[in-house]
Amino acid sequence: MIRLLAVLLLLATPAHAISDPAEMLPNPVQEQRAEAVGRQLRCLVCQNESIEDSNAELARDLRRLVRVQISGGATDEAATAWVVARYGDFVRLRPPFNAETALLWGSPVLAVGLGLGAVALSRRRRVAGPAPLSEAEAARLHELTGR
Amino acid sequence: MNRRALLLAPFAATVVAGAGFWTVLGRMKQGTFDPHEVPSQLIGKRVPGFTLPGLTGAEGFGSADIAAAGRPVLVNFFASWCVPCVIEHPELMALSRAGLPIWGVAYKDAPDAAQTFITKHGDPYARLAQDRPGQVAIDWGVYGVPESYLIDAGGTVRWRQAGPITHDVAETQLRPLLRSLS
Repeated sequence: MIRLLAVLLLLATPAHAISDPAEMLPNPVQEQRAEAVGRQLRCLVCQNESIEDSNAELARDLRRLVRVQISGGATDEAATAWVVARYGDFVRLRPPFNAETALLWGSPVLAVGLGLGAVALSRRRRVAGPAPLSEAEAARLHELTGR
Repeated sequence: MNRRALLLAPFAATVVAGAGFWTVLGRMKQGTFDPHEVPSQLIGKRVPGFTLPGLTGAEGFGSADIAAAGRPVLVNFFASWCVPCVIEHPELMALSRAGLPIWGVAYKDAPDAAQTFITKHGDPYARLAQDRPGQVAIDWGVYGVPESYLIDAGGTVRWRQAGPITHDVAETQLRPLLRSLS
């Protein structure tokens, strides 16, 4: 039963906000491209949903306009650029790499670098081992163990 | 590196992060920082080309009219169904009385509803147009109402407010900018 449920859950595709078939392009290839473009564009009203997922009116308008671009012969990049020209890089759910986002994209490398640095530091200390016994310590040890 | 420094490092990191969060939260509370704000792409540019019809029989306006105005103009996107617009309205009335031409765009609104809104709350608008499909608003980068753009005498967008122009926003941002423009 649980296994069946798991399989069903795996098969379930995320629900999209397009509930009205009239919104979809008649050409299935173009529709698929428009959906792919829309899934990478942020709904500016809800901000953490893509325009394909959002029910906001602005998202619906942007979905339609992306489809107008795509059916008018625009490439995926051109359709994205059309929206970015109006709302800026913020509208892209996958921000491009530039001066403003360098820290954002660089943070995983930075974190790994810091971690490796810490590991190297602690390892070097361990390799060095304890300092050799001083003369007094050696004498005391000899006294205790008799060796 | 000695042990004590290593022990203190996490505390130092926490203090630095805490100070950062404190500053951000303070600025959010003050209203000088809004993480949800989408920066306008129009600042420093001319407004996109458009013409919009008037509200009820009256003449609308377009980008050419804004360019020909020859003085700073505040373009205000509003709607009768928008609650923050009601909050903003008294400030628009005050700005209009102070001599700033405000050009209104009724966004996705039924013309008679927009007209009723103005009749009820007062008319600060020198010119009034409507954008029922919301298409021109998207060209401007509007993502909610109210939203206002200050365009200087040369036709360049100088300032944008997403959300209501409160008394505070008018006093600290808009009016000083207007003084520097005139």
